[in-house]
Amino acid sequence: MGELKLMKGNEAFGEAAIRLGVDAYFGYPITPQSEVIEYLMAEKPHERTGMVVLQAESEVAAINMVYGAAGAGKKVMTSSSSPGISLKMEGVSYMAGAELPTVLLNVVRGGPGLGTIQPSQADYFQAVKGGGHGDYHLIVLAPASVQEMSDMVKEGFELAFKYRNPVMILSDGVIGQMMEKVELFDHIPRWTDEEIKKNTPWATTGKTTDRERNIITSLDLDSFRQEKHNEKLQAKYNDIRENEVRFEKFNCDDAEYLFIAYGSSARIAQKAMQLCRDKGIKVGLLRPITLFPFPEKEINELAGQVKGILSVEMSAGQMVEDVKLAVCGKTKVEHYGRMGGIIHSPLEVMAALEQKIIGGSSNE
Amino acid sequence: MAKIKGAIVVDIEHCKGCEVCIDACPTQVIEMHEQVNGKGYHYAYMAQPDACTGCTNCAIVCPDGVITVYRKKMAE
Amino acid sequence: MSKDLLNEIIQPENLVYKKTKLMTNNTLSYCPGCGHGTAHRLIMDVVEELDIWKDTIGVAPVGCSVLAYDFMNIDMQQAAHGRAPAVATGIKRCYPDKVVFTYQGDGDLAAIGTAETIHAINRGENIIIVFINNGIYGMTGGQMAPTTLPGMKSSTSPYGRDTEMMGNPLKMTELISALPGAYMVTRQAVHTPAHVRKAKRALKMAFKNQIEKKGGVSFVEIVSNCNSGWKMTPVHSNQWMVENMFPFYPLGDIKIDGEFVNK
Ligand SMILES: Cc1ncc(C[n+]2csc(CCOP(=O)(O)OP(=O)(O)O)c2C)c(N)n1
Ligand code: SF4
Ligand code: SF4
Ligand code: SF4
Repeated sequence: MGELKLMKGNEAFGEAAIRLGVDAYFGYPITPQSEVIEYLMAEKPHERTGMVVLQAESEVAAINMVYGAAGAGKKVMTSSSSPGISLKMEGVSYMAGAELPTVLLNVVRGGPGLGTIQPSQADYFQAVKGGGHGDYHLIVLAPASVQEMSDMVKEGFELAFKYRNPVMILSDGVIGQMMEKVELFDHIPRWTDEEIKKNTPWATTGKTTDRERNIITSLDLDSFRQEKHNEKLQAKYNDIRENEVRFEKFNCDDAEYLFIAYGSSARIAQKAMQLCRDKGIKVGLLRPITLFPFPEKEINELAGQVKGILSVEMSAGQMVEDVKLAVCGKTKVEHYGRMGGIIHSPLEVMAALEQKIIGGSSNE
Repeated sequence: MAKIKGAIVVDIEHCKGCEVCIDACPTQVIEMHEQVNGKGYHYAYMAQPDACTGCTNCAIVCPDGVITVYRKKMAE
Repeated sequence: MSKDLLNEIIQPENLVYKKTKLMTNNTLSYCPGCGHGTAHRLIMDVVEELDIWKDTIGVAPVGCSVLAYDFMNIDMQQAAHGRAPAVATGIKRCYPDKVVFTYQGDGDLAAIGTAETIHAINRGENIIIVFINNGIYGMTGGQMAPTTLPGMKSSTSPYGRDTEMMGNPLKMTELISALPGAYMVTRQAVHTPAHVRKAKRALKMAFKNQIEKKGGVSFVEIVSNCNSGWKMTPVHSNQWMVENMFPFYPLGDIKIDGEFVNK
C-alpha cells in the first residue's frame, strides 16, 4: 500500500507529478487551481527529483513552454482554470497538430468571461469538442475524487505518450479544493536522456549522425500532405475511441432510470441515486471517466433498458448532447444542472428526475 | 611573382538572379547571364573571369548560398 | 581565361568558400535577394564552426521564415506566432546543456510576441534570439509592422505610417537592452560582405555566450530588406535600407558581456 495522506485535489495533482518523475511544470496562477504551482514551489521538486517548475508570464507562455519541452521529449505539464485554459487553447491546438504529449489540468470555474471563481462544469464543450481551432481531439479524463486527481496524472501521461496526444484532466473547483485521503504511488525516476531517445525518437533532442533531423511542427503548406496528416489524426482518434473508453457503473443491473454524470456531479448523483433507491425508485448511475472517448456503446445499451436518462452536470447542458447522440432516440434524455458556481444538491437532482423524467415519461 | 587567381561556380538552378552579388564584387567579375535557368531567373556568371581574386565577397552575400569559390596561387 | 586554367583553379584543394553542410539543399522559399537566406546561412555557419550541431535546437517563428526548419539541417521546432521565446524557454529549462536559439521576424517578436520576448529576456533565459527586422509583415503581404518607419507605406498604411493614428515604430532592441537579463544586444545587417562578416562575428559571440553559460539572452537584431513588401528590386531595397532604416535603427553593439557599450 502506498503512502496515505490527507490532501487537497490540487495538491495531490502536484505531488503525483513529482512522484511520476515529471520533468517540468509551467503555469500561471488562477483560482481555483493556484495550489498546484504553490504546492510545487513549496516542495522544491528541483531538489527532490530535478523537476523544473516555472511561473510563466501568462497561460499563453506557459503552454508554449510546454510545447517546447514536450517537443524535446520531456514529460511536461501545466494547469489552469477556465479563463486561463481559453488562452492556452492556441498552444493546445498546435500541440494536437504537432502530436505532442502533455497532461493539462483544467480546474473548471463558472463562466463565460471572468465568470465566478466557484466550481462549474461548463468547459465540457471546450475540452471534448476541441477548444482550439482545427479538427482535433484531446483525450479527456474526468476525476471525481482527490485519489483520481493523483492517479490520472499517471494514467494521463501513459495515454499522452502512447498516442502522442495532449491529455486534459477536466476537473472542477470542487475536486480541486476538496480535502480527502489519498494513497500516493511510489516515486518513479525521471527518464534518463537515453530513455528519452528510446521513448521519443521523434523529439528534438539534438540531431545525431544516425538519424535525419527531427522537426516539430503543425504546418504543412501542401494540402495533400496536410489532408493525409488530418486523416492520420482521425485514425488515431478512432483508435482511442476503440480502446480507451473508461467509465464506472453503479446499480445499473436492475435500473429503470439512469443518471449520467462525471466529476463532482457524479458524487452528487450517487447520493441522489441512494435517496431515490430509499424511496423505491430504481436508479442507476453511469459515470464517464473518459469524456473523450465517450462511453457511447454502454450508454446506448443501457438506453434500451431504462425508461429515461437524466444527464447531470453543472452547466446549461453540454454533455447531454453527447448522451443524446449515444442514446439515439431509444429513450428519453433530459439535462439537469445549476450554473454560475452553484453546486446542485442530491435532493435537487432527485426532484429533477421525478419531474423531468418520471413525471414526464407518461406523456411520450 | 606568384599571382592569386580565383574562380566561382554558380549553382545555376538555385540562383534567383537578385544581383546582390554583382555589387559585392570588388573587381566587377559577375554579370547576369542573358539566358534564364529552369525557374526563369537570369543567373549570375563570371563575365570577367580573369578579374576574379577568389575573395568570397559574392558568395557570402548571396542570400541563397549558391556560389562556391576557389582560389589558387599561380606560379608565374 | 582559358578552360584549362579554370579547371586548374576549380579543384577541391583550392576551395575557399562553400555553403555549409548545415544548410539543406532545399531551395529557399524566400524572394530573390531577401536577407532571411543570408541570416540563416550565417547561423548555420557559426553552428558548424563551433561544432555544436548535435546539441543545437532551433525554434522557427511564424512569418516568412516559418519554414526555417526546411533549410537548417538540425533539430528544430516551429512555434506559434510570437511564442518562440516561450518555446525556447521550455526546451532550455529542460536541457540546460543544449544550445537553443529562436529566429523571429519583427511582427512575430515585436508585436504578437512582445510579452514572450520581454519576459524570456527578463528571466535571463540562456538562449539566443535572432531578430530579423525588415520593417514590415512579409509573409502576409506587406502589412504594417510595429517597426514600420514613420511615413513608410505598407498595405495597411497605404498613405504612409501616420504616427498620430498608428503609433510610433518600436525600437525593441533598445527597449530590451535595459533588462538585466539581456547579456548581449547588438544590431547588425547582412547586405554587404563587410556587414556579413561583422554579423557573423556577432552571432558567434552570441553562441559562445550560451555555450559558456554566460548569464542571460544574447539578442542579435539583423536589419534586413523585404523587397517584396517594400516593392523594390533587391539591390534598390538594400540602398533604401541604408538610407532609411539605418538612421532610425543604427547598427552596432548596444550591450556586450552584460555592459552597455559607450559610443
Ligand atoms: C495568431 C496569428 N495571427 C496572425 C497570423 C498571420 N501572420 C502570419 S505571418 C505574420 C506576420 C509576419 O511578419 P514578421 O514577423 O515581420 O515576419 P516576416 O514575414 O516579415 O519575415 C502574420 C500576421 C498567424 N499566422 N497567426
Ligand atoms: S546573389 Fe546569389 S542568387 Fe543572387 S544573383 Fe548572385 S548568385 Fe544569384
Ligand atoms: S570571389 Fe570575389 S572577385 Fe571573385 S567573383 Fe566573387 S566577389 Fe568577385
Ligand atoms: S516577403 Fe519579404 S521577408 Fe518575405 S521572403 Fe519576400 S522579401 Fe523576404
